[in-house]
Amino acid sequence: MAAAVTSLMATALPPVHQTYLLEARQMQALSFAVHIPLVCFGIAFPAMVLFVEWLYHRSGDELYLTLARRWTKVMAALFAVGVITGTILSFEMGLLWPNFTATFGSVFGLGFAIEGFSFFMEAIFIGIYIYGWDRLSRRAHLLSGIPIVLSGFTGSLMVIAVNAWMNHPGGFALSNGKVVHVRPLSALFGNSFLWHELVHMYVAGYIVMGFVVAGAYAVGRLRGRWGRYERTALTIPLTIAALAAPVQLLVGDWAGREVARLQPTKLAALEGVGPTEKGAALHILGWYTDGKVKFGIPIPHGLSVLAYHSWNATVQGLYAVPASDRPPVNVVRFAFQTMVGIGTLLALLGIVFLVVRVRRRRLPESRWFYGALALAGPASVVALICGWVTTEVGRQPWVVYHVMRTSQAVTGAGGLPVGYATLALAYVAVAIGVVWILRRLAAAPLETREPMGTQPQPAGT
Amino acid sequence: MHLYDIPLCFALAGLALYTVLGGADFGAGIWQLSAGADEAGERIRQHTHDAMAPVWEANHVWLVFVLTVVWTAYPTAFGSIASTLSIPLFIAGIGIVFRGAAYALRAGSPSRRELRMIDTLFALSSVLTPFALGAVVGGIASLRVPLGNAAGHLFSSWLNPTGILIGVIAVVNSAYLAAVYLSADAVRAGDEYLERQFRLRALGAGVLAGIVAIGGIAVLHSDAHRLYHGLVEGDGLPALIVSILAGIATLALVWRRRYEPARYTAALAVAAIIAGWALAQEPLLLRDLTIAQAAAPHDTLVLVIVAVLAGGAILFPSLALLFRLVLGGRLEHGEGVAGAEMPQVAGGRDLLAASATGLAARCAGAGMLVGIGLLTIADAGWAHAIGIVGLFCFVAFGFLAVAPARLAGQA
Repeated sequence: MAAAVTSLMATALPPVHQTYLLEARQMQALSFAVHIPLVCFGIAFPAMVLFVEWLYHRSGDELYLTLARRWTKVMAALFAVGVITGTILSFEMGLLWPNFTATFGSVFGLGFAIEGFSFFMEAIFIGIYIYGWDRLSRRAHLLSGIPIVLSGFTGSLMVIAVNAWMNHPGGFALSNGKVVHVRPLSALFGNSFLWHELVHMYVAGYIVMGFVVAGAYAVGRLRGRWGRYERTALTIPLTIAALAAPVQLLVGDWAGREVARLQPTKLAALEGVGPTEKGAALHILGWYTDGKVKFGIPIPHGLSVLAYHSWNATVQGLYAVPASDRPPVNVVRFAFQTMVGIGTLLALLGIVFLVVRVRRRRLPESRWFYGALALAGPASVVALICGWVTTEVGRQPWVVYHVMRTSQAVTGAGGLPVGYATLALAYVAVAIGVVWILRRLAAAPLETREPMGTQPQPAGT
Repeated sequence: MHLYDIPLCFALAGLALYTVLGGADFGAGIWQLSAGADEAGERIRQHTHDAMAPVWEANHVWLVFVLTVVWTAYPTAFGSIASTLSIPLFIAGIGIVFRGAAYALRAGSPSRRELRMIDTLFALSSVLTPFALGAVVGGIASLRVPLGNAAGHLFSSWLNPTGILIGVIAVVNSAYLAAVYLSADAVRAGDEYLERQFRLRALGAGVLAGIVAIGGIAVLHSDAHRLYHGLVEGDGLPALIVSILAGIATLALVWRRRYEPARYTAALAVAAIIAGWALAQEPLLLRDLTIAQAAAPHDTLVLVIVAVLAGGAILFPSLALLFRLVLGGRLEHGEGVAGAEMPQVAGGRDLLAASATGLAARCAGAGMLVGIGLLTIADAGWAHAIGIVGLFCFVAFGFLAVAPARLAGQA
């Protein structure tokens, strides 16, 4: 455990001055924000496509075959984009943060090395799965999808193990900027910060995938496309998201308690707590200034109860650490409140669906439900990104919590603004391309042997 | 050979595989650029796309493999290389973005005009990326990267005779490998026209690659003397000779239309020259950093080696499966034929499913209660673990209980 809190450690490479540290952080954030929604599709989408393919095998209903094949095309396109945005992230480990990698690569790098193999398995079997339709036996084809699902999980496990290590570093000691006594396995997997992060992200993957896919078909329903094909394509992802969203409230609460225990400064930033308080209140909305939240709705003792399960628990405030060790409070807090707010609304939407299913034994019929569902797709992506802003900006000014500052990790190379602008333009082009592909794929007529009833029906029948 | 050399051998093997497999992939893009806009050019472009689409992602991962092994096992060297050579690496990264995007875009069944745009984008990035990555290798091999955070010159570290030479070799060699691969592929597809086309290209590119390589020795002599010395007079000489012989053998095999063995000799030529570089540069990793100094602590090295071996034990059979399916022609070229048979239709199962729904719903409820109790209210770590399992049961049984497929089937 490297608990030694040093304000300025020596690093493997000599220190440099970088004028554009903020640009470097934004470039990393941009790359990450583009990649992470695609990760959700990498984690959750193959499982759902396989489920639909399995439905076809079980029932022989051509509708499921059509659905699985069309979704496979979406999966192929999104995976390709995920591959390249993920590669950019691995490049940036060196391009933006060479001193981080140079100093700690021997501690956390193993996680990425194993992740590389997961990525390999994913790429190999996704190639087999996508191009194997009609060419492999049905059984072999279904089986070829299983490694994709498994490696999607192991891949996210490894990446999150590294992130958890950055938030709660251990498994090494420092001696003059060189890491010694390195124990990579305990650094990566013996870390109590790993588990809530992993579960929180994994569940988020299913929520985002579910709401985005269901939301797309909800838009279709609002425009009158509501045959059995569309109902099926909406109900399956909606069911996944509706069940996962309430679970995420509980998982998120758990994650919050772990942050309170292991990163009290981050918790203080999430909640806008200046001086250390006993029986601290929880504030909804509002703005942090001068050590407290203004214009917020206070819930007395709420924070102590939520974070520590105790009415009068002491909550360590931001003032407990020097100003130079505090994250930008309002950014973190705004992102956190947005995530929690959207997450709560998504859970409510899920519960509405489940209640209608149990009580009325049918799908919801009101127009507002489908309107809300259409919004839930993009909203879930916003919540996802806000969640990562919360944890990553909340970790600042540290890249390795209480060990190495982000300013010590950054590259000494010039031209960062040029790189940032170039990447941003490239990603805008890629985003336009992705929208174009998805619209194209959605517009393609259904290729089945029997009509599936895509004739327009008035909503509410 | 020391423990600290082994991960480097893995990284170099990964680099050789990336050069051969990823290189063929880039080369295919280069041929798309030169294919022309007419009907024949269209055929060439379609063929190269079909041949590469199932494998490009897997081929591409070798690069990620090399990066992760180097930053884990030789972190200071990685940080120094990536910061000094940030410009060519960034260019390569942008090239990879556009290449991958082009593959994705082709999935959108574009029109002819759109296709032309996509293919041009793809082809340009297919030239840019291997050139930039070759220049990175040139910067390292001519010892222009010092230890430190962007301590070397941002431009002259790669825009120099050796960097440009290796960049050009990477591009030409990629084109060559791709033409050999695509000739073999055309034979499998039974397309004589395409085979002739690609055979001509392979011979042309092969001769060009040979000329550049021989001329390159003179460049190394004046610009990277240590590398020249190591390759021509030192430990690297046997490897250089093997590479030259394998290169000549490849040309001869392509001439005689023996494409399958030609691919292996081509791979051998690449692997040999990479080995020669390593032998010539040893024991240095950077100008002022030896492999031993750069190496991670003992435990990390051991774990990296174990991870790569264990990963390889899973990876290679999977790769073999992929390539067997591709080379067996089972994953490409036009629509398939199988899969028309109808499976049995479930009848009594629906009744069974209906009675199971209530049970699933109760199990889901129980999972939720366990989750709330043990994850939210309890504080112990073991309780949290069980709570999470409870919540996953809630989702799984909940999914069974909702039975979305049946729900959607009701009109």
